[in-house]
Amino acid sequence: MTDRSILTAYATRLGDNALVLGQRMIEFVAASPELEEELANANFALDYIGQARMFYTCAGESEGKGRSEDDFAFLRPEHEYRNLLLVEQPHSHFGDAIVRQFLFDAFYAHQLDALAHCADEGLAEIAARAVKEVRYHLRHSSQWLVRLGDGTAESHERVQRSLDDLWRFTGEMFDEDELDTAMRKDHNGPCLVFIEAEWRDTVSRVIDEATLSLPEDGWMASGGKQGRHSEHMGFLLAELQYLQRTYPGASW
Amino acid sequence: MDRNEWPLYEVFIRSKSGLSHRHAGSVHAADDEMALSNARDTYTRRNEGVSIWVVRSDRIIASDPDETAAFFDPAKDKIYRHPTFYEIPDEVENL
Repeated sequence: MTDRSILTAYATRLGDNALVLGQRMIEFVAASPELEEELANANFALDYIGQARMFYTCAGESEGKGRSEDDFAFLRPEHEYRNLLLVEQPHSHFGDAIVRQFLFDAFYAHQLDALAHCADEGLAEIAARAVKEVRYHLRHSSQWLVRLGDGTAESHERVQRSLDDLWRFTGEMFDEDELDTAMRKDHNGPCLVFIEAEWRDTVSRVIDEATLSLPEDGWMASGGKQGRHSEHMGFLLAELQYLQRTYPGASW
Repeated sequence: MDRNEWPLYEVFIRSKSGLSHRHAGSVHAADDEMALSNARDTYTRRNEGVSIWVVRSDRIIASDPDETAAFFDPAKDKIYRHPTFYEIPDEVENL
């Protein structure tokens, strides 16, 4: 891989994680349990979508073929999205959404921290800006996890199940593939072994405070980083891409 | 959860260092930490603040509207409490 193609692919991955999680969170708009939570959730979703825009623009620039952020967001087929399987998972209730966000943010905050010191100036700048938002999101989702875990018997039981269900998607975050290695070696990118240790610290501390049990590491699902997605991704993209597919070039 | 279980919090925002906190509004929240988060997400989205205070509304001791006359009227006709009768010497520049 050339320097430029490494950066393009890596920035696309970052953009995809942010966009897909943002899209999932948007599903709560006008459906949150409380007005204040409604505002917070929509703010956070927009934070992620804003990050996706910056990462896609960065990817388009390093690719040099004139692709815009919209081309990345709306006009790629499913297998070209390289987000983690975790962020595309649907939620059946608020607890699922909190766990999904918590598990991802605990990883993403460390990833961005490391990226803020990477060799590519543009990417480092975006990461330094995004990490402030993500640290706050992590604080928010951690507090909710504690509230639900250490809440009523029902909330405890339901959020424990969310945690057990989503746990199998966490292994993929730390699976270093060719691109992760190239990014780490050639661009002073994140070291996933190191991040995994930090992630485990954060996650076990909060789970403990939430009086929940840390799930055991069993079989881990993977493939999202290579473009092999779960059955949910097609539906998510159908909704996300609808407008641009139906009215190509629509703008407002 | 029954909405009534979530208490109301009053929100005070300081817009920049050196100014005092001002009442911005209120939020519902299940606990203190949530109240702070909700206040941040509701009232500082457009860069309005550098510091937030929240306090449970039921912990504020407020004057009784029925006692407004007894509380405040006696101060109205005591103009001698305002320092407006002093002659300021010309040499005093910064007052």
